[in-house]
Amino acid sequence: MSEAHTLVSLALLYAHLSLIAVGGGIAVLPEMQRQVVELHGWMTSAEFAELFALAQAAPGPNILVVTLIGWNVAGFLGALVATVAMTAPSALLTYGVAYVWDRFRHKPWRIALQAGLAPITVGLILAGGYFVTRAAVHSVPAYAICAATFAIVFFTRIHPLWMFALAGALGLMNLV
Amino acid sequence: MTDSLPAGGPPTSDPQSMEPALPSPSIPSAGAEAPERRIGLAELFFGFASAGLSGFGGVMPFARRMIVEERRWMTEREFTEVLSLGQFLPGPNIANVSVMIGARYQGALGSVVALAGLMLPPFAICIALGALYARYGHVPAVEHLFAGITAAASGLLLGTAGKLARPLVKRPAGVLFLALAFIGIVVLRWHMILVLLALAPFSTAAYWPRARGPRAGAPKADASKAGGP
Repeated sequence: MSEAHTLVSLALLYAHLSLIAVGGGIAVLPEMQRQVVELHGWMTSAEFAELFALAQAAPGPNILVVTLIGWNVAGFLGALVATVAMTAPSALLTYGVAYVWDRFRHKPWRIALQAGLAPITVGLILAGGYFVTRAAVHSVPAYAICAATFAIVFFTRIHPLWMFALAGALGLMNLV
Repeated sequence: MTDSLPAGGPPTSDPQSMEPALPSPSIPSAGAEAPERRIGLAELFFGFASAGLSGFGGVMPFARRMIVEERRWMTEREFTEVLSLGQFLPGPNIANVSVMIGARYQGALGSVVALAGLMLPPFAICIALGALYARYGHVPAVEHLFAGITAAASGLLLGTAGKLARPLVKRPAGVLFLALAFIGIVVLRWHMILVLLALAPFSTAAYWPRARGPRAGAPKADASKAGGP
């Protein structure tokens, strides 16, 4: 496949994900993985999980995982195309809809729709967590780190980045 | 207009602000208008740039702090309103928030500038990291490092999902539709849009009676601090 072809595929994929990412960028993670790994075969699911981890460890919106995917698939242009495609369509939609939508703030249908989408969104995020975990976590220590990070995020207000540092250190000592 | 500026309170402890992707139907109409402050393009850019660059593991908490507490562009309530809409519309939540806030103060150009401020500096960092990773990613030490970090990243994602789920699973409908969405993706391997289209009508219907109530009380999120994507 030529480079231009790849760029177009990236653009189409992310423009499409941008517009269906109800509940935020992370809600499309399972779909992104399905497309990038299974349909396009651009990388393995383990590589996908690593790029996701890299994006989480870096400062900035979590959605920058698409920048890294684009970078890996097609270099700088790939990164640029993927990032713009993931951001611009939804930004345009937001710009256009925000004020109109605001007028329906108190309408029952809007409240019900918004409330009804919330559990679906969380189910999608959970599915993303499932795929990433399955791709990345294989050893007993890795499961322990995963569980500990889950507990810290779920039960405490401790910043998860501390767990990243600890987990990275354990990894460097070849304990994971 | 209700003025809910936290008068120099501690920066971390407002549970309201960290609500995950939930309806916030209890917001009254106050705060629909911005306090008529002049916020220039440069301020928009650098404000969002600072939030973006400090956003390790999610920008939303930092954006809220920058907007409500540090620079006082908006009250807590106004911010929650913008956030709730940003979460509802498709796309990265924090990008949507920057677009709406930029538009509020400087129109279309403000949107572009705020979004650019949010995305550009972390984009550059990501490229640099990606390049380093492509080059050194297969050095054994780096592979070991990443074995640890990816495990933590999975835990973070699961924990975020758990936190967002906590207020929702108090209702049977919440449990049901959360589980069905998960099954649709993981077990049935459906396309996400199919899952959304199949479930949204029923889910909306399930929440409908409640939404019609006078105080439309969808379950309030407790102090969940979701790393908003």
